[in-house]
Amino acid sequence: MQKIYDVAIIGAGAVGTAIARELSRYRLNTVLLEAKPDVGMGTTKANTAIWHTGFDAKPGTLEAQLLRRSYALMQDYVPEAGVPTEPLGGLLVAWNEDQRQALPALRDRAHANGVTDVRIISPEEVYRLEPNLNQGARGGLFVPGESLICPFTLPLAFATQALLNGVSLKLNFPVHSVKQQDGVTLVEGPEETVRARYLVNAAGLYSDEIDHMLGHHDFTVTPRRGELIVYDKFARSLVNHIILPVPTAKTKGVLISPTVYGNVLLGPTAEDLEDKTNTATSEAGLTMLLEKGRAILPRLLDEEVTATYAGLRAATEHKDYQIRLHAEQRYVCVGGIRSTGVSAAMGIAEYVGELLAEAGLTLTPKPEFKTIRMPNIGEAGPRPYQQPELIAQNPDYGRMVCHCEKVSLGEILDAIHSPLPARTLDGLRRRTRAMQGRCQSFNCQAHITAILAKETGQSPRFLLSLDAGKELPL
Amino acid sequence: MSIAQTDVLIVGAGPAGLASAIQLKRQGVTRVTVVDREPEAGGMPRLCHHTGFGVWDFHRLYTGPQYARRYVALARELGVELLTETTITGWRSERALTFTSPGGLGAIEARAILLATGVRERPRAARLIPGYRPRGVFTTGSLQRFVDEEHLPVGKRAVIVGAEGVSLSAFMTLTGAGVAVAAMITEFPRDQLYLPYAPAKWWLMDVRHPTPIRTATRITRILGRKRVEGVEVESLSTGQRQVIPCDTVVFTGDWIPEHEVARKGELAMDAGAKGPRVDGQFRTSAPGVFAAGNLLRGAETAATSAMEGRFAAGHIADFLAGRAWPRRRLPILAQSPIIWAFPNAISVSDDPTRLKRVSFRVEKFIDDAVVQVRQGRKVLHEQRFSHLLPNETMRMKGDWLSRVDFGGDPPQVILTG
Repeated sequence: MQKIYDVAIIGAGAVGTAIARELSRYRLNTVLLEAKPDVGMGTTKANTAIWHTGFDAKPGTLEAQLLRRSYALMQDYVPEAGVPTEPLGGLLVAWNEDQRQALPALRDRAHANGVTDVRIISPEEVYRLEPNLNQGARGGLFVPGESLICPFTLPLAFATQALLNGVSLKLNFPVHSVKQQDGVTLVEGPEETVRARYLVNAAGLYSDEIDHMLGHHDFTVTPRRGELIVYDKFARSLVNHIILPVPTAKTKGVLISPTVYGNVLLGPTAEDLEDKTNTATSEAGLTMLLEKGRAILPRLLDEEVTATYAGLRAATEHKDYQIRLHAEQRYVCVGGIRSTGVSAAMGIAEYVGELLAEAGLTLTPKPEFKTIRMPNIGEAGPRPYQQPELIAQNPDYGRMVCHCEKVSLGEILDAIHSPLPARTLDGLRRRTRAMQGRCQSFNCQAHITAILAKETGQSPRFLLSLDAGKELPL
Repeated sequence: MSIAQTDVLIVGAGPAGLASAIQLKRQGVTRVTVVDREPEAGGMPRLCHHTGFGVWDFHRLYTGPQYARRYVALARELGVELLTETTITGWRSERALTFTSPGGLGAIEARAILLATGVRERPRAARLIPGYRPRGVFTTGSLQRFVDEEHLPVGKRAVIVGAEGVSLSAFMTLTGAGVAVAAMITEFPRDQLYLPYAPAKWWLMDVRHPTPIRTATRITRILGRKRVEGVEVESLSTGQRQVIPCDTVVFTGDWIPEHEVARKGELAMDAGAKGPRVDGQFRTSAPGVFAAGNLLRGAETAATSAMEGRFAAGHIADFLAGRAWPRRRLPILAQSPIIWAFPNAISVSDDPTRLKRVSFRVEKFIDDAVVQVRQGRKVLHEQRFSHLLPNETMRMKGDWLSRVDFGGDPPQVILTG
């Protein structure tokens, strides 16, 4: 008789891993299924890396409610788990009269959402906070609670803690079909079928397709591409806050924000696509960003670009999250988490737990819920290369492998041998920052590829995707 | 934190740093310390496993690694202190740098500092080439590390972006690793494989591995998701776009100085060269801090860097012996299409008779050019050139340096007519 899990969660992004972590508090057999070879590989990894207060969410929506709840939960969790963060605050800048006149309504909305410290500030104060802004700011809205966060560490923290507390994780498990019979949900993957009593669909961009497999047609996900440019660390001193535009109906607009790694982000664009895998950057997108960037912070463009990337948000035709309990199917759909998944994940997870209980799942707390502490890859706390005690214990922490990001051999080895180990170059990048700096891995990639191949027994050809391309017409 | 003392602290153990250290020892400086972040000293030539090094410095023809070993051995023989795996993390004071290493954290205080941190090639992202982020995208440096340092596999068919000296170096590395080169592309109307590269180009790219050089062509997109499947290129004359299938792209040239330590020290920087401004004696804007080699500007050959390091050593020794740091200096500015002029600063105490030439670079091919140096409205110098070439250092007379008025505006090097 094959094992029957209590709960199967499809999708190991910020939301799916947070749900797995939440359920791991209870006496449950939970399995987390992920199509990709690592957690946090979809929308979660390519966004603006901001921990939102939810100040601008539409009051009364589930999104507003869960963002607020999540914000409170993360106040404890982020420091406990050591997720890199910086509480810089957000500054919405009004560049014309229309935008300036929109500020009071935005402030009132923030207050209605319980974000009561939001206030309107004068142009003088805008320039005092951000002296390098272009001329022409008419005023601003200051949102002290907006913070930077590491969108790589957060899902890794959730997933690692879930694993430590007994959740099973199956990577490389794209779901081919979902069937229900005799009170059990059968989730069919490429090599095996997972059986569970309850199902949670946190499949992000693919949440509508999973929903269809269960007979529902409540929403359609339209991938909304956001392209971003990462500037060199030398640009960091130009920006003190998360500089936001006054939002429109479709998007929060193009922002300029520091990152926890000490770079500066410019983006995102917002473009509805059909292809859910199209994470390519485009000429038009990058050109548009440069124009916007020049208009907001002219000196930013004097600095070098370190990286460009694109992510896809799971937008739907609805203005709110699509979280639905289908009690008769013992199924919770968590769809349409648009662009606020990282910030709302903990609130969503708690809510999903409540919905599962409503559907009959018994939640008995375990006597012990193990906590974790993630390696710090942010600039706000000390990094290993700055810690003499650590280097004295293990000289590999003083042995730099990635010079641009000051990542040591010790950290690389830790990431390869962690409870949720890095198996790919990209996985190593997201766990350590290695290869993410201004030389874009050109100094260290060869060395790191060799280390990863040796430590994991994988072939360099595989790690370098040398057999992945189409046959070349030579 | 332990603080070590030395006479001269040199950051970077490449040709500039090592040549300077050797010369300082020969001039009798007692304590010379060279730090490098890499596990081995020698710098970029260590990665260039082809011949062409050493003619100027050693009157012999070496491969890059042989050349690097020769410099390292000479430095050791003369008693230079070489600290590898030592990463400079910041400035502790005006003439003390902090570092991290497997042995722990520390600081080194010196009577003079020479920055010789070299250059890197601008990677794909910094050039804003759109597309996915597949594997198989290199710079010359990373390609050489893959092939010669780690012996890792590369693809089967490559496109080289750039057609200058270093592009030929990438060509040799690729063909040596059994990779076919589909094309070399350059935005310029002609390649920049001038002498001394022209004969090698003829032999390698015309005779042995006939390879097209696509001029007036730019790369507009990288195709492929997991692995490169091709590059989209655009003809700058017709605007037509076309895909060249390949599994490997190598971005060559387009240098940017590794200026992190210099910028952390808030040294005055040259906007065009992107390195610290130095006067004719390799003095930066910070007293006691010198800079030499490719940190100063996009890449010159190893020999040029070594020569600069050696010359800088003389000035450093003079400084240690008590030569006063100049009180006044002016930047020397360049205006597009001139990218930079060198030296890019002039100090009151510079002896212009030692600087017979001022070098400069331009961003495109220009025929029948007139280069002027102006200070305010006054023309200090005017010189006619039948051809100015990009990716090649041009030289003009330097006698105008003695005519600079230190009470005036910064001299500007401009193109007229």
